[in-house]
Amino acid sequence: MSTTWWIILAGAVVTYLTRIGGHLVLSRFERVHPRVEAALDAVPAAVLTTLVAPAAVSAEPAELGALVVAGLVALRFDMLPMFLAGAAALGLLRWVGL
Amino acid sequence: MSGTHASSRVSHPPASDFNSGLRASVPVMIAVFPFSILYGALAAQNGLSVVDATLMSALIFGGASQMVGIDLFGHKIAPWLIVLSIFAVNFRHVLYSATFGRRIRHWSGPRKALGFFFLTDVHFAESERRAQSGKQVGFAWYFGLSLGIYVPWVVASGAGAFFSSLLGNTHELGLDFLLPIYFLGLVMEFHKRPLFLPVVAVSAAASVLALWTVGSPWHVSIGALAGILLAAAIPPKKHGLESPVGGDVP
Repeated sequence: MSTTWWIILAGAVVTYLTRIGGHLVLSRFERVHPRVEAALDAVPAAVLTTLVAPAAVSAEPAELGALVVAGLVALRFDMLPMFLAGAAALGLLRWVGL
Repeated sequence: MSGTHASSRVSHPPASDFNSGLRASVPVMIAVFPFSILYGALAAQNGLSVVDATLMSALIFGGASQMVGIDLFGHKIAPWLIVLSIFAVNFRHVLYSATFGRRIRHWSGPRKALGFFFLTDVHFAESERRAQSGKQVGFAWYFGLSLGIYVPWVVASGAGAFFSSLLGNTHELGLDFLLPIYFLGLVMEFHKRPLFLPVVAVSAAASVLALWTVGSPWHVSIGALAGILLAAAIPPKKHGLESPVGGDVP
C-alpha cells in the first residue's frame, strides 16, 4: 500500500476515534471542568485559524481583499454565500490587476 | 447551516422516519455539494488520484479535515503530521459525541458504532434540532439523513477529482487561494462562541510567529495550542455557554 493510503487509513481511524471517543470517555464524567470545556470549545477555531493566518500574511492584495470580503459576509450569512462572495471578490480583484 | 423544518409529526414507522431523514439531508446536500466538488478538484491538483480522493471522502467523511489533509499533501510533509492535523481538526467531534451518545441510548451496539461514523457537524446539529423538537432520534431517521449526505459527498468528490485531472493545471490560478477562503469560512462559523476573538487573535499571531521562527508545519500545532491554552487560562465566567454543546455537557 502506498503512503497516501496509509495516511488516509490512519486519518479515518483517528477521525472515528474523535466521533466515538466523546461518548466513550467524556460521558463517564459527571462533570467536565469549565476550563477543560472552554479549552475544548476553542479547539476548532484555534486550529483553523492557523491555516488562514499565514496565508493572509503572505497574501497578495487581491487575495487579502477576498479574505476581507469573505470575512465580512460570514458575519451575516452562511458558509456558501460567504465562500462564493470570497471567490467572486478574488476573481474580480485579480481581473482588475490588484 | 439552514435546513428544512421537517413537516412530519411524531411518526414512528421506520420507512417514513427514513424518508424524513432523507428530506432533512436535501438542503444540507445542496450547501455541501460545491465543496465536495472543490475538495475533489483540489485533491487532484495536490497529486491525489481519483481513487485516493474518493477513498478519503468515503473513509474520513469530514470536509474540513480532508481539505487540511490535501493541503498538507501538497507541501510534502511527514505523514504522521498530516494524520495529526486531521485529528486536530476533527477533535471537536469529541464534544458532539458525548452529547449524541445520550440521544441514541436506545440503539443497538452495532447501530451505535455505525451512527458514530457519520457524526459530522451537520449530523450533530440536525439530531439536536430533532431532539429539541420532542422527536426521537431514531436509527431510521438518522440513517436516512446520513445516506442523503454521504452518498452525494463521496460521488461528488470523485467527480471533482476526475474532472480536475482532465483539466490539468490550467485553472490553478483561481483554485490556489480558495482553500484559505474556505478555512476562513469555517473559522467564522464559530464566531458566536465565547472567547472567539481572543482565541483567534492569539492563534493567528502565534502561528505566524511560529511559521517565521520554527517553520512549517509546526505553526499549526503551536498556533492552535496557544489559542487553546488561552481559552483554558481565562477564568470561566459565563455558566451558560453559547455553543450548542458547551452548555449541556454535565
